[in-house]
Amino acid sequence: MATTDKRPSLPDQFGRFGDYGGKFVPETLMSALQELEDAWEEAKADPKFWEEYNLLLRDYVGRPTPLYFAERLTKELDGADIWIKREDLAHTGAHKINNALGQALLTRRLGKDRIIAETGAGQHGVATATVCAHMGLECIVYMGEEDIRRQSPNVFRMKLMGATVEPVKSGSRTLKDAINEAIRDWVTNVETTHYIIGSVVGPHPYPVLVRDFQSVIGTESRQQFLDRTGALPDMAVACVGGGSNAMGLFSGFIDDESVKLVGVEASGEGLDGKHAATMTLGRPGVLHGSYSYLLQDEHGQVQEAHSISAGLDYPGVGPEHSYLKDIERARYISATDEEALEGFDMLSRLEGIPPALEPSHAIAKLKELAGEVGKGGTLLLLLSGRGDKDLETVAAAKGIKL
Amino acid sequence: MADVVRSAIELANSEGRTAVVPFITIGHPTLEASIDCVEAVVGAGADVVELGVPFSDPLAEGPVIQASSFKALENGITVSDCIAAAAELRSRGITAPFALMGYYNPILSYGSDRFCKDASQAGVNGLIVPDLPTEEAGPLLEISRKYDLSLIPLVALTSPEARVKAACETASGFVYCVSTLGVTGARNEISGRVRGLVDIVKRHTDIPTGVGFGVSTSEHVAEIGDFADAAVVGSALIRAIDDGPVASAPERAAKFIRDLSGGSVRKKETTS
Repeated sequence: MATTDKRPSLPDQFGRFGDYGGKFVPETLMSALQELEDAWEEAKADPKFWEEYNLLLRDYVGRPTPLYFAERLTKELDGADIWIKREDLAHTGAHKINNALGQALLTRRLGKDRIIAETGAGQHGVATATVCAHMGLECIVYMGEEDIRRQSPNVFRMKLMGATVEPVKSGSRTLKDAINEAIRDWVTNVETTHYIIGSVVGPHPYPVLVRDFQSVIGTESRQQFLDRTGALPDMAVACVGGGSNAMGLFSGFIDDESVKLVGVEASGEGLDGKHAATMTLGRPGVLHGSYSYLLQDEHGQVQEAHSISAGLDYPGVGPEHSYLKDIERARYISATDEEALEGFDMLSRLEGIPPALEPSHAIAKLKELAGEVGKGGTLLLLLSGRGDKDLETVAAAKGIKL
Repeated sequence: MADVVRSAIELANSEGRTAVVPFITIGHPTLEASIDCVEAVVGAGADVVELGVPFSDPLAEGPVIQASSFKALENGITVSDCIAAAAELRSRGITAPFALMGYYNPILSYGSDRFCKDASQAGVNGLIVPDLPTEEAGPLLEISRKYDLSLIPLVALTSPEARVKAACETASGFVYCVSTLGVTGARNEISGRVRGLVDIVKRHTDIPTGVGFGVSTSEHVAEIGDFADAAVVGSALIRAIDDGPVASAPERAAKFIRDLSGGSVRKKETTS
């Protein structure tokens, strides 16, 4: 369970992880960011806040989520032992609820009663709609038209729980544009509204706030791993879009130098085609309030990302990942749409667990990574969400109409 | 340093007028038309012109300026083109001060030092960067001073006095007071709250105050003139530019500014 002790010491007081991070937003939002930072500092020091959060994580979210030994997958890949942290079994089917719940509790402390959020795959939108229903808060979710099309079951779920889903028609009509539109709403309604960002992106304090709420993944899995195997894993692997699930996992192991940290980005149609491999091919720039690796053209215009998975379809990445890449504490590789579909099939077939398309990218790289760690070693995979929402996309990719 | 943006606003005020500061996106609807529109609004009495540098993700902009920005990008407009547009206008003999208004990433990508140097050489006098609050402005502020460019800060209705004070301490050109909570775009009325914000700014600096976001009529300009020194107009002008064939866009822009300036003559002298 989440506790207040032992967190990475970065960012500094300006919200910087080395060169990355900061607060590049319109002046109108600056005081709201300060309020949020102050509220978070206060909440962190308040045992009552943690008591309520941890109780809800247990009774409402269903934590701790299990750590599962994937025996058949291990045998098939013929390398390191593969253990899976099952965030797919959390309420709403993904890790996003850990953050949405924490920020919703903070919203009450901020004295606000209107929530906005952006969503790509719909998992963060669903998580936010869920906690808003639980707490009786008004909820508006911005979602790109393209994502509404490819994640229609999640749109229906959000509406069922009373949220308003606002289609975003500008730009690439995906996650990037949904964040732009959510920020525009926030600038307009900042005095009554809290913006629950769903990943470790955006202006300070969001990257640290979201990381702290997701750190429950790393804290739990570290303890579970020690309990089950008597040792730490040799490698921890997660997919990276904005990077909240990966940051949650990495934060639990960042001080354990023996644990290799690997993030898997989406290389879409391939690194020479349309992709979302921000840290593999991008260069640092400013988007959505922070300085981080970014897919941009030579003129500083942000490029449209592409991935079969809506949750990784983002041209930016959280600033702490950029920092971990530069200091070489974590390594970032990429998997294509096609490889992700193979990963999806493999986990479904061998373990009976259809994964979301986002972690399918990490699964796709397991053969290579388990081989690198080698037999007798251990690898911890973060399964950030379940695949029900993606069945239609996967079927379409196989030429099957459901 | 010669602060020509400030001087132009003070000159207008000394003539009993509220300074009029139009915003035009360079490259919209075409590069040539946007340059002609700038020339036309100066001819119609604009005191300072903001030259908009297009960006893919303009998160402080409402639909009208967003659309103009996307149109300019479709036309292939780059930072270099915007700087070259300023140089072209200077070569046509236009002397009104120019401020480039654009988001931070294209500037970073171009290189902040090179950007300020080239802009300054092209005859640009000021910069407005809507996603660069005081905390992050340090590096660009230093470079802009080196090249004699005014870095015009924005202050908002939500800015506590300490933040307004900090912005005023390093301001030059004018202090841009954002009139509403929200993005750019024409509105029916100017929020009464901005008057209080301007008063706070005036407690901390003698630099002129400009009010923008939502300004669209001569009545708005007249109202702003009661308490501030300049009125900034963007979306309503862009809409006028869009409202007819491209060939006559400069005429429509000029007419819009002439009509708007009807409100700029002050009935009684206000302190500036």
